[in-house]
Amino acid sequence: MMSKFPTYKEVPIAGNIYDPGKLVYKTGDWRTFKPVIDHEKCIKCYICWLYCPEPSIDRTKDGGVEINYEQCKGCGICAAECPVKCIEMVKG
Amino acid sequence: MVAIKDLPVEELYLPGHRLCPGCGPSIAIRMMMKAAEKNTIVTTATGCMEVGTTLYPYTSWLVPWVHTAFENTAATASGIEAAYKAMGRRSSEQRKINIIALGGDGGTFDIGIQALSGALERGHDFLYLCYDNEAYMNTGIQRSGATPHGASTTTSWGGKKIPGKPEWKKDLIGISIAHGIEFAATASIAYWNDFITKVKKALDVNGPAVIHILAPCPRGWRYEDKDTLKIARLATQTRYFPIYEFNNGKYTLNIKVPNPLPVEEFLKAQGRFKHLFKPEYSNEIQEIQEFVNKNWDRLEKLTTL
Amino acid sequence: MGKIVGLNGDEAVAYAAKQSSVDVVAAYPITPQTIMVEKFNEFVADGDVHTEFVCVESEHSAMSASVGASLTGARVFTASASQGLALMHEILYLASSMRCPIVMGIANRALSAPINIFADHSDMMGSRDCGWIQVYTEDAQEAYDWIIQAFKIAEDPDILLPITVNLDGFTISHSTQDVNMLDDKDVKKFLPEKKIEYLLDPEKPMTVGAGNNPDYYYELKMQQVEAMNKVPQVVKRVNDEFKNFSGRKYGIVDTYEIKDAEVGVMALGSVTGTAISIAEEMRMAGNKVGVIKPWFYRPFPSNEILTSLKNLDVLAVIDRAISFGAPFGPLCNDIMALLQNEEIDLEVFNVITGLGGRDITPNMTRSIFEKALEVQKEKKVKKPIIYLGVRS
Ligand code: SF4
Ligand code: SF4
Repeated sequence: MMSKFPTYKEVPIAGNIYDPGKLVYKTGDWRTFKPVIDHEKCIKCYICWLYCPEPSIDRTKDGGVEINYEQCKGCGICAAECPVKCIEMVKG
Repeated sequence: MVAIKDLPVEELYLPGHRLCPGCGPSIAIRMMMKAAEKNTIVTTATGCMEVGTTLYPYTSWLVPWVHTAFENTAATASGIEAAYKAMGRRSSEQRKINIIALGGDGGTFDIGIQALSGALERGHDFLYLCYDNEAYMNTGIQRSGATPHGASTTTSWGGKKIPGKPEWKKDLIGISIAHGIEFAATASIAYWNDFITKVKKALDVNGPAVIHILAPCPRGWRYEDKDTLKIARLATQTRYFPIYEFNNGKYTLNIKVPNPLPVEEFLKAQGRFKHLFKPEYSNEIQEIQEFVNKNWDRLEKLTTL
Repeated sequence: MGKIVGLNGDEAVAYAAKQSSVDVVAAYPITPQTIMVEKFNEFVADGDVHTEFVCVESEHSAMSASVGASLTGARVFTASASQGLALMHEILYLASSMRCPIVMGIANRALSAPINIFADHSDMMGSRDCGWIQVYTEDAQEAYDWIIQAFKIAEDPDILLPITVNLDGFTISHSTQDVNMLDDKDVKKFLPEKKIEYLLDPEKPMTVGAGNNPDYYYELKMQQVEAMNKVPQVVKRVNDEFKNFSGRKYGIVDTYEIKDAEVGVMALGSVTGTAISIAEEMRMAGNKVGVIKPWFYRPFPSNEILTSLKNLDVLAVIDRAISFGAPFGPLCNDIMALLQNEEIDLEVFNVITGLGGRDITPNMTRSIFEKALEVQKEKKVKKPIIYLGVRS
C-alpha cells in the first residue's frame, strides 16, 4: 500500500508544494443534501457565489452560476442566502 | 465600496480544503483573497485555517503561503517583510507585495499576542487578519481570550454551578490601536462589502494594520451549517459585535444599528448559550445585554472624538 | 591581506556576519551574546551594511522572523544564548525542517534555574537534536572563521540546513584576543552575496509548511538525515577553499599530537585551549598524551573521531553539561555509542566540569590527564563519571 507513495528522494524538499492547484481533493461526497438552482428564477446576483465557503459555485460564461458538485459539501448557505430563494436543498 | 460584479472571478483560494461545511472563517479567507488578489503572500498560524487548507500534497492556496507555528505568525511576517526590504536594497527593482498574517482568535488574542505586539510596535508593512470564531475550534472547542462571557466550551462548560465562561472578551482592536498604528478595524463575513473594502484599505496602509473579523463556527457555536451568515448578521444587528474602524485617529461605526435586536436573539440561536436560558442563570443574559450596551456607548463616544 | 585586530569573540562574530553580506538580522539581546547584535546594529546605524535589522521582542520571534526571511530567500544571521536559545527551541526545529540556511552565533551559557550567565554547554546540548549543524569553537579567531564558512556550508544546495557557531560565554565572547581579520573583498570572493531569488514570490506561488500526515512526515525527516550526512564532504570543500585564501586550515575535528598518543582528552569549546597547553607540558615530561577537539558536534564526526582515537589506551571525555539521568554527559554518551560496534581496546571515562562558568583551571585540566594516565596503568576505569570541581 505504501509503495504508491514517492520515496524520500522523490518528495520535494521540505514537503513544499510547488504546483498548487494541480491536485484537488474531492469533498463532494461529504454531503447529504445538494443545492439545486432554479436558473429561471436566478437573478445572477452572485450572493451564493460570494458566500460559498468552498468555493463550489462557479460563475458561468453566460453570466450565471453553477454548482460544482465535485466539491460542494452541502452546507446550505447558498440556499439560505439566495435573495430570491431559487436554490433548493435536495437529497444527494 | 465594491460591487460584487467587479470582484475577481479568479479563485486564489481553492476548494478541496477539509474545513467543516458552513465554515465561517473559510468565507472570510476567501473574501480576503478576493480583496488582496494575486500580489500577496500569506502566512498562517496553526489553527483551523492552517490544518484545513493544506495537507501535503494538497493545498488551497494559489498565492505563496507559509505556515511555521502557532504563536509566531506576526514574527514570521516580519521576517518576510524584512527579507523583501533587504533584498530590494541590493536589487534593481523594488517589489511591493501584500503580506498578510492570518491567525485565529487563539493564535491572536492568546498565544500570538506577544509576536503581534512586537510586529505592530516595529511597524512592519503588513496586514494582520484575525478570524475570530471565539474559541480553539481546531482542537475541539476550548475557550480562548476571545470566547464571550457565558459561552460553553470544552474548557468552560456551562455547568450546574458555573454558567460557561466567566470572563469577558478581550478588546483586540483597542490593544492594536494602543500601539499607535494607522488602521485597525472589526469586520464580519455578513458584511462582505465592508470587509473587502477594509482589506483593501489595510493593504494600502504603509505600515501595520489589523482587521478582526467575526467568523461563526457551526460546530463550536452549535447551530445549523446553513445559518453561518444569519448568525453573523445577528451578532451585529444585536450590537453584540459592532463593526467599526479606526483610521488615522478617527473612529467610524461602519454598520449603524439604529434599531438593535435584544442580544437574546443572538444567544438563543446557538447551542453554546443554551444553558443561559435556564431559570438559575436568568441574570446572565441581562448582564450580557448590559455589557453590549456599554460597549456600544463607548464606541459611539469614540466616533465623536 | 587581512589585518590583526583586537576583538572579543562576540565582536569577531559580528564582523564576520558583516563581511558575510547578510540581508536580515533578527535578534534579541541576551548576555553573553549581546555584543554580537549591538556591534552589528552599529554597522546598520552607520550605513555600513544593507542589512535589515529586525529588533524583535523575544528570541522566539527572532527565530520566527529569521525563518520567514530565510524562506523568502534572504541570507539570515541571528545570535542567542541560554534561556534565549531555549525559548527558540520550538522554532529551531522549523528552521532545520523547512531547510533554512540560517547562521546563528551562540555565546554558550548555563540554563536556569538558578539564573547564571556564565559559560556552560547546557543551552546548546538542550537543543542538540534540533536538526542544526553545530560547530564549537576554541577562540575568537575560530568563531570568526567559522561564521564565514558556515554560510557557505549552510547554503550549499546539498545541505540547506541551519548552523550554530558556539563560543563559550565570557571566556571567549567577552575576552579580547588578536583576530586575523580577512579583507572584505577576499571574503566576498569566497562568499558572494546571496543570489537575489525571491522564494516566496507571488509570480511563482508555492505552499510551504503544509500539514503532514504519517504518509509523508518520515520521508521529510529522511531528507534531513541525508543532508546531514553530506555535511562532511561539503565542509571539506569549504575548508579547502577557505585555506586557499586565508591560510588557515580547518576540518571536522581538530587534534593535538594524537597520532602517537596513548592517552587522550576530548572536549568541545574553549577548554580545549587549556587542554592543549597542559598536553604540551606533559609531553615535555615524556607522557604520550594528546587532545581531540571536535569542531563539529552535529553531524557527529564519527569517522574522524574513530581515526583519531584508534591508537589510544585511554580517553577522557569532558562535558560542560549534564544529561540528567543519562549514563554520561552528552558528548560522552555519543562517544560510548560510537564505540559500541568498534573493536577498539579503549578505556573511556567522563569528566563533567565547568558548569555555570566555574573555572576549569590548568590544575584541574592536569588532573584529568593524570587520572587518564592512572587508568592506563591500572587498565581499568574505576569511576566512569567524575564530577570535577564540585564541592562534595
Ligand atoms: S451547499 Fe454550501 S458548499 Fe454547496 S454550493 Fe452551497 S454554499 Fe457551497
Ligand atoms: S444567490 Fe440566488 S439569485 Fe443570486 S446568483 Fe445565486 S442562485 Fe442566483
